Amino acid sequence: MSTTDRKPRPGEPETTGHEWDGIEEYNNPLPAWWLWIFYATIAWSVVYTVLYPAWPLVQRATGGTLGWSTRADVAAEIARFEERNEPLFARLVAADLADIGADDELNRFAVSAGASVFRAQCSQCHGAGAGGVQASGFPNLLDNEWLWGGSIDDILLTVSHGIRNETDPDARYSQMPAFGEMLTAEEIEDIVAHVRRLSSQSHDAARAAAGETLYLDNCASCHGEAGEGDRAQGAPALDNAIWLYGGSEAAIRHTITYSRWGVMPAFADRLREAEIRAVALYVHQLGGGE
Amino acid sequence: MWDYLKLVVLGLVALLAAIAANYARDFPFHLHMLLFMVAAGGLFLWTLRRMEEPRRVPAASGYMDGPVRAGVIATAFWGVVGFLVGVWIAAQLAWPGLNFHWAEGYLNFGRLRPLHTSAVIFAFGGNALIATSFYVVQRTSAARLWGGNAAWFVFWGYNFFIVLAATGYVLGVTQSKEYAEPEWYIDLWLTIVWVVYLAVFLGTIMNRKERHIYVANWFYLSFIVTIAMLHLVNNAALPVSVFGSKSVILWPGVQDAMIQWWYGHNAVGFFLTAGFLGMMYYFIPKQAERPVYSYKLSIIHFWALIFLYIWAGPHHLHYTALPDWASTLGMVFSVMLWMPSWGGMINGLMTLSGAWDKLRTDPIIRMMVVSVGFYGMSTFEGPMMSIRAVNSLSHYTDWTIGHVHSGALGWNGMITFGALYFLVPRLWNRERLYSLALVSWHFWLATIGIVLYAASMWVTGIMEGLMWREVDAQGYLVNAFADTVAAKFPMYVVRAIGGLLFLTGACIMCYNLWKTVTSVGEKRPAATAVPAE
Ligand code: HEC
Ligand code: HEC
Ligand code: HEM
Ligand code: HEM
Repeated sequence: MSTTDRKPRPGEPETTGHEWDGIEEYNNPLPAWWLWIFYATIAWSVVYTVLYPAWPLVQRATGGTLGWSTRADVAAEIARFEERNEPLFARLVAADLADIGADDELNRFAVSAGASVFRAQCSQCHGAGAGGVQASGFPNLLDNEWLWGGSIDDILLTVSHGIRNETDPDARYSQMPAFGEMLTAEEIEDIVAHVRRLSSQSHDAARAAAGETLYLDNCASCHGEAGEGDRAQGAPALDNAIWLYGGSEAAIRHTITYSRWGVMPAFADRLREAEIRAVALYVHQLGGGE
Repeated sequence: MWDYLKLVVLGLVALLAAIAANYARDFPFHLHMLLFMVAAGGLFLWTLRRMEEPRRVPAASGYMDGPVRAGVIATAFWGVVGFLVGVWIAAQLAWPGLNFHWAEGYLNFGRLRPLHTSAVIFAFGGNALIATSFYVVQRTSAARLWGGNAAWFVFWGYNFFIVLAATGYVLGVTQSKEYAEPEWYIDLWLTIVWVVYLAVFLGTIMNRKERHIYVANWFYLSFIVTIAMLHLVNNAALPVSVFGSKSVILWPGVQDAMIQWWYGHNAVGFFLTAGFLGMMYYFIPKQAERPVYSYKLSIIHFWALIFLYIWAGPHHLHYTALPDWASTLGMVFSVMLWMPSWGGMINGLMTLSGAWDKLRTDPIIRMMVVSVGFYGMSTFEGPMMSIRAVNSLSHYTDWTIGHVHSGALGWNGMITFGALYFLVPRLWNRERLYSLALVSWHFWLATIGIVLYAASMWVTGIMEGLMWREVDAQGYLVNAFADTVAAKFPMYVVRAIGGLLFLTGACIMCYNLWKTVTSVGEKRPAATAVPAE
């Protein structure tokens, strides 16, 4: 082992006398503040583990003298708000939603509760501002164009049971056939042109004329003769500029060929009755409610 | 005899790999087995051809620096790769459009994130640790690396592991355990490499000519041993098929979570802390040319650190299915860990005291000071974040990300850069570094980058934590999740810029090191490295 003969400079602490590859070590004591803070954290830890659940024993762990538990904490907090909101919830469930506007206090409560439910449960699909996601199948809920209906009861039904999901037998349901298997590509092109005409977009007039009969035979039963749509089947109107999946030729061609399958989950078993009512009211008062 | 044994083993491995590749049930497994086959087959031919040649007597004297040199190159290379992926995923978080449609399933955020974490921790950090530990253990033990070419096996084996892991991530091979993503066969390979690493390191220490083991080696050894243990326990899994990449973890439910974060936290504690403290204990006194501040402190804080770290894992699982008692223990052990961690910082900083004048002239020392400073900062922040009340705000937010990177960029990054600047002139026997001015540039770019990164993440972290928990008078949440994402956008841009600066600094370093090797004159008289005494 190598030791050093280097004389310490005046005032220099002594070294341990070892040396490795030229590295020496001073024999300085532990810094006092360091040691005391270390002791303090140990003391604090001991106290803390007495107060809170900490040490595992044979059957169960010590529970701590404060009787604290995370689950009890959450339960208590939820209970506190429930207790505060219970009377309003009860009134909301009992109220006739159609003329809830008359009860100002209840209306304000319902709309703010509904807005909150919307942010947590609906915004990921319909957008934080309920504007939907254009041309991607998530409808805008701000306007007065409705697939399934915009009365408060219609909305309530949509939210409770959802659309085309496999979990709720009462879900709204309909299915547009995929016409790629029934019509030729030429025929589909003709219908595309006709749908473009219905919505007053640029189109090939000759094709559109040819497409009209095809449309009346295949599509009108759901979308209506003039493309006015049918809420009973959730068939979108085709005579305006509002599109669920898009009004470009490519998007329409895709819809006709393969059809679409827009799904919304049911909320009846995820939210309580009062919350569903609140969110339905919230959507209803956004601007398009009927 | 030895050569024949080698041939048999290599031949067998190549054959088995070929069989496995043939029966492979999924493409990544097929590819990985082909890689094994090519590697083993290539080595087989190489060994066979060299058997004819007269054996070059290996220079048994002197230090074995080949694997160290290779490790230094690998560290610099993987560093740049890892930082680049980091900058890219930071940009993807700011501009999701960068998850290109055509690259979906290969280069989207989900696939690249583990690539980033493994590239920086295991490839950059791991190579740095292996290379410096080989360098340091030889110098401070005055002994050549034990085991002949075993050190080369460790280097190549470890980097082969990284290639398997990285290609696996991009192709979707993962067991979904953070920092332990590689699947069972890659884990097995790493186990073999790691055992050899341990043997080389221990063997060298046992051959030492010094009576005492230098503190850096305690830290390195604790790192190697503990990582071996963590790796084995956390990766206990049953392959679905020996011919497929998928496996099922043996631990159920909350036990699995607990073991995962026991592993995860001690990966931080022993990989990113203990191992790097080993680096610090050698390179700081060397570069400052000063004795270590306190021997006593190094002993006490070493044992306290080792003992306390291992219990702190549950602070990653506050407010989850983990029972409260486990979470309390994780929290108090983390708080007690504060001073033992700071012991390393004190020893580092106080060693530099008396050499403060060098701060002005030596940018390498400056890097080391900043590194130790960030170490102190993140090991104060960590215990604070372990406190349940604080964690209820910080958990799941970018605050954690900021904490990670002030440790990772500041502490691990900077001390590694310092070590590389120290090592390259010595390993390639050059008079000096090519340019100290470029080191200064690197220092400033990296420091500003870290500050931008950490500060922006504190802002977004605390902001989103507050936004998530904000409720109105009725107890309803005020903000949608999407609102918090939108609010974070400017800070995400700042973070990406910080990362870009850090990456630029690393590129400058690579250039500087390259020029040092290629265009700086040899050091004369050629100091042939001979084990001392
Ligand atoms: C997983 C995505 C998703 C979620 C979550 C979701 N929706 Fe929907 N919602 C849809 C889709 C898709 C449609 C359109 C389905 C169709 O094509 O008919 C829709 C339709 C609607 C409609 C009918 C619109 C109309 O024009 O008739 C209403 C009302 C509605 N959603 C309200 C809500 C509310 C309120 C919530 C939250 C409680 C919610 N949605 C949550 C996907 C979702
Ligand atoms: C069985 C009823 C039914 C028939 C028949 C039907 N559709 Fe539909 N159509 C629907 C429904 C329902 C939707 C909404 C699908 C969804 O949201 O998943 C729809 C959607 C569409 C859309 C998308 C509208 C938008 O806003 O993006 C177009 C375009 C369309 N249909 C055109 C046609 C044409 C053209 C035909 C005839 C070839 C046709 N449909 C026949 C029920 C029908
Ligand atoms: C150029 C520098 C770097 C940039 C821009 C960067 C960027 C990122 C980003 C964007 C993430 C994902 C964060 C999220 O999911 O929200 C991340 C995660 C991570 N990075 Fe980096 N990084 C850099 C360097 C490093 C280094 C050097 C290390 C380690 C030595 C590191 C370790 C990690 C770890 C451990 C995580 C996962 C954190 C967690 O899950 O909590 N990074 N990084
Ligand atoms: C005394 C020392 C330390 C303590 C007590 C500590 C504590 C913590 C805590 C409480 C978290 C957050 C867990 C969560 O809410 O999910 C965390 C995360 C993390 N810390 Fe530390 N920390 C310490 C030091 C360090 C250092 C020095 C580094 C890096 C070099 C580091 C790297 C990480 C990483 C990578 C994570 C993210 C883990 C993940 O979620 O993926 N920590 N740490």
